[in-house]
Amino acid sequence: MNIIQTLEAEQVASLSEGKTIPAFAPGDTLQVNVKVVEGTRERVQTFEGVCIARSGGGINENFTVRKISYGEGVERVFPLYSPLIDSIKLVRRGRVRRAKLYYLRDRRGKSARITEKKQDRPRPEETGAA
Amino acid sequence: MRSGVIVKKLGMMRKFTKDGRHIPVTVLKLEGCQVVAQRTDEINGYTAVKLGAGIRKAKNANRALRGEFAAAQVEPKMVLCEFRVSPENLLEVGVEITADHFVAGQYVDVSGTSVGKGFAGVMKRHNFGGLRASHGVSVSHRSHGSTGQRQDPGKVFKGKKMAGHMGAERVTTQNLEIVETDAERGLIFVKGSVPGSKGGWIEVRDAVKIALPEGVPMPAAFRRPGATTGEATVVAEGA
Repeated sequence: MNIIQTLEAEQVASLSEGKTIPAFAPGDTLQVNVKVVEGTRERVQTFEGVCIARSGGGINENFTVRKISYGEGVERVFPLYSPLIDSIKLVRRGRVRRAKLYYLRDRRGKSARITEKKQDRPRPEETGAA
Repeated sequence: MRSGVIVKKLGMMRKFTKDGRHIPVTVLKLEGCQVVAQRTDEINGYTAVKLGAGIRKAKNANRALRGEFAAAQVEPKMVLCEFRVSPENLLEVGVEITADHFVAGQYVDVSGTSVGKGFAGVMKRHNFGGLRASHGVSVSHRSHGSTGQRQDPGKVFKGKKMAGHMGAERVTTQNLEIVETDAERGLIFVKGSVPGSKGGWIEVRDAVKIALPEGVPMPAAFRRPGATTGEATVVAEGA
């Protein structure tokens, strides 16, 4: 590992300290709690929507969340390790067949739905043991 | 006037701040930046320190250089550079400058050899607009236009901007902010980009146009030869 990667890894470790980032993928519905500063007061605002893309790697990793707000599509790109992100909650896992769900931008309503991912069936030996 | 330092450019990364912003930084590394010689008023007519950095194999140093390094009792250095200093800021031969020479928040001027672009056209080299995409233009969409007037003056003026070699020249970027220093690992984090490619040698000096803040070590932050890393760092009191 070269020194830049080491420095980035250190920064990732220090930024994600005390936070748990769930393993999520495009298609999943997320609740992103964002810190908002209003004047001198700081509060947490929730942005809930479908993750339509993840991009970048290491400290430069971002994810895009899309939601429909008052009939208008809104997308927000968050750096995964941004200090402004208070927490990320995985609401629902979606079954999708591609990494970037940009096709959702052209769709509305019924066709913009994503089916829920079925839980992997537990392996036979595990069920036997239980 | 303080001495500058010779550093190696390692590359760029980003640093997040507490309030959620992020700063693009260039990481610079000090690699054995030692004083190799002094220039004094009596002998040379000016005062400066000659610094060396990096490691050169002894077999790759010519005799003249080897003699110089032997006289200074330092390992052979890859690069050498003089930095003008005021007489009170002269440094002893052999001392090694450390990264806390600079303090966070101060501004520096950075010089290096820019990335070579080879033979470049006028659009890339001088930001010309080029010719139109249509309306009868053929083949020469990225060319320059006219280069002069008529029979009088009947020549192209000297200094006319044309295509030619671009890059691989000395470039100085002024007023870059120091974001952080890491004396233990010898790293300096500078806000923004710095001329040159990764692994290139760069000179960093205190900014000419912005006054130094208080608490900057004078004449320098350094450790003496033989002292173990970190513990015996000798830092002179701030100005």
